[in-house]
Amino acid sequence: MSTLAVLPVILPLAAGAASVLLWKSLRVQRVVGVAATLALVIVSLLLFREVNREGIIVVHMGSWPSPIGISFVVDLFGSIMVVLAAITGAATAIYSVRGIDKRRQSFLYFPLLHILLMGVCGAFLTGDIFNLYVWFEVLLMSSFVLLALGNERDQLEGAIKYVTINLMSSALFLTAIGILYGTFGTLDMADLSRKIAATQNTGIVTTLSMLFLIAFGIKAAIFPLFFWLPASYHTPPFAVSAIFAGLLTKVGVYAIIRVFTLLFPIDPGFTRPLMLFLAAMTMLTGVLGAASQMEFRRVLSFHIISQIGYMLLGLALATPLALAGSVFYIMHHIIVKANLFFIAGLAERIRGTSDLKAIGPVSVYARSPLVAILFFIPAMSLAGIPPLSGFFAKLVLVRAGLEIGEWAIIAVALVVSILTLYSMTKIWAEAFWKGPARREDEAESDNKDAVPPSMLLPVATLAAITVAVGLFAGPIFDIASRAAAQLLDKEGYVRAVLGDEAMQEEESP
Amino acid sequence: MQILIAIIVGGIFACAIYMILRRSIVKLIIGLALLGHAANLLIFSAGGLSKAHPALVRPGSTSPPEPYADPLPQALILTAIVISFGVLAFMMVLVSRAYNAVGNDDTDEFVNTER
Amino acid sequence: MNSIILQTATRFLMPLILVFSVVILLQGHNKPGGGFIGGLLAAAAFSLHALAFNPAETRASLRFDLRSIIAIGLLIALSAGLPALLTGQPLFTGLWHDVVVPGIGVVHLGTPLLFDLGVYFVVIGISVLMVLTLVED
Repeated sequence: MSTLAVLPVILPLAAGAASVLLWKSLRVQRVVGVAATLALVIVSLLLFREVNREGIIVVHMGSWPSPIGISFVVDLFGSIMVVLAAITGAATAIYSVRGIDKRRQSFLYFPLLHILLMGVCGAFLTGDIFNLYVWFEVLLMSSFVLLALGNERDQLEGAIKYVTINLMSSALFLTAIGILYGTFGTLDMADLSRKIAATQNTGIVTTLSMLFLIAFGIKAAIFPLFFWLPASYHTPPFAVSAIFAGLLTKVGVYAIIRVFTLLFPIDPGFTRPLMLFLAAMTMLTGVLGAASQMEFRRVLSFHIISQIGYMLLGLALATPLALAGSVFYIMHHIIVKANLFFIAGLAERIRGTSDLKAIGPVSVYARSPLVAILFFIPAMSLAGIPPLSGFFAKLVLVRAGLEIGEWAIIAVALVVSILTLYSMTKIWAEAFWKGPARREDEAESDNKDAVPPSMLLPVATLAAITVAVGLFAGPIFDIASRAAAQLLDKEGYVRAVLGDEAMQEEESP
Repeated sequence: MQILIAIIVGGIFACAIYMILRRSIVKLIIGLALLGHAANLLIFSAGGLSKAHPALVRPGSTSPPEPYADPLPQALILTAIVISFGVLAFMMVLVSRAYNAVGNDDTDEFVNTER
Repeated sequence: MNSIILQTATRFLMPLILVFSVVILLQGHNKPGGGFIGGLLAAAAFSLHALAFNPAETRASLRFDLRSIIAIGLLIALSAGLPALLTGQPLFTGLWHDVVVPGIGVVHLGTPLLFDLGVYFVVIGISVLMVLTLVED
């Protein structure tokens, strides 16, 4: 059982090291890349099943008990995130076999992908806040290199912006950890949760919570800290964009949710109005930014931002239903977003450009109806059209908002939803539909066999998952709401990590 | 002592932000390096400043000689230094590549991604 | 750079630094030192070599490709955690064993040393790789 909880970290590390060792053979790296990520999917599903059945799993690294040592604490939310990371990772690995050029692959593309996944999984599993920082750095380091891999001018420019802003965020995170340790003398999140709840010094707690909100907010790209995202996400190859879009900002969201449920629970007087405001502005600026763009990936990049707003909204409302909505939204969003970036890559391969206006004259639909349909599914899911996954995610959030009478934010969420639909129909109309259904002129840039099956497979699989999440929304929402209940049950987390004695110790004096 | 360190930390943070906001990407690296130092110094002082022994257990005894310093902030800083070392080394390579690609170290020339 | 003084000095210094780096690596468990610092020292030796001669010769003198060194280091470090799993304990639980080495006596060996050794190689690989990349630019 304890082995299962560390495997999502060990497996990518071993795969990464093995494929560095075999740097001479691209073929072996590809095979290892696909096999290891598929194995990760299986491991993550087993881990999820175990957590679902047994409750929170705690592993004390090196047998040092909490709060002295570093522990891995796997709850339902963490294990769901690992499953999503593994699925995105596997889809990216399969897509990359043909989607990433040989030059980049020979510069250790696959090992970097494994290390990125290791960092993401580690961040989802750890129960120690400094360890969380370390995992963040692991995934950031590999994302830096992945972003700059290829040395094209746009990439280097994007990478400098991305690296700078992320280092700022890391420095803030580190500062917050320093103050946290200076004040409470521990870094174990369960122990911190206990000590923060007991402290009288609310000033420092609020300061710390804001430092964490800014540090993670930069990584999650919330308003007004998101400018790095649309400046960098459209520069690397599509497969890299896709895994970044799917996973990296969501690690930031995960950290915000973890910290603001376990350490600094939402305070209806202060953090809730602040977070609601941030959520509303994140949604609005994101969707308006998208409306002004005409480049495929830049439109999608701005939509990541607006979607982050929805996840923040669920956390800000902080009712069990709202938090379940957030968890559900993340599940829906990671799959859909990664898929849309993959499809942008397919469209670019077919038409040789990703500028929507330039694609227009010969529609992608005329070239490959299958790709057009595969775009249609996640795009409509993103906009929230039933019966796809996005509809239910938004429905839950709206209901949660109405339950506690936050009318304004719900109005914003619904308007943003309509604007999202506008954006998606814009892409559909410009790139996939406009132009003659039958091409009369042979455009030179067109490439007939541009879409190999190995790139269609992950896209189709993710689209199928989106449909499945929509069709089986009931059972999946049930899982999300149990994960949310577990998130809100601080005592359960602390008891699982520190044992029953810690809780009695708390009560007796 | 605590106050002195606090002022120094604040000063380094200010210098770091100033350097980061300059237009030259070379100064950006210096700013980022300073930022890391400021955070590390802050952790160091957050652990409590005292004249104490290192927390090393002498042969024959079971605990370090009193009073001993909290070793954890040092471990944290060491980890953070290792990480910032790696990141800065990468940043250096990145900046030199970007300088070659753009032909200028003025961040105002980095306009390709703003289209 | 083509300085005969630096080149001659490097020939003498390099083995010294490398031996010292191994000493630092080995004393790391109970005294200041360890894989990271040892690795940096060794990387400094190779950087000195690259400055005194040229990067191509340094690559040749390493005998192994830097990427392989990093990979081997990662695998060694990872393998330090695995024996604990096989005995049913959590990952990275330190396991110690006294080994009798003829001529030296009893040596107290454990998995943390293996981990340090892995770190040592990873640090050498990454640092030298970065230095050489910058020098070759």
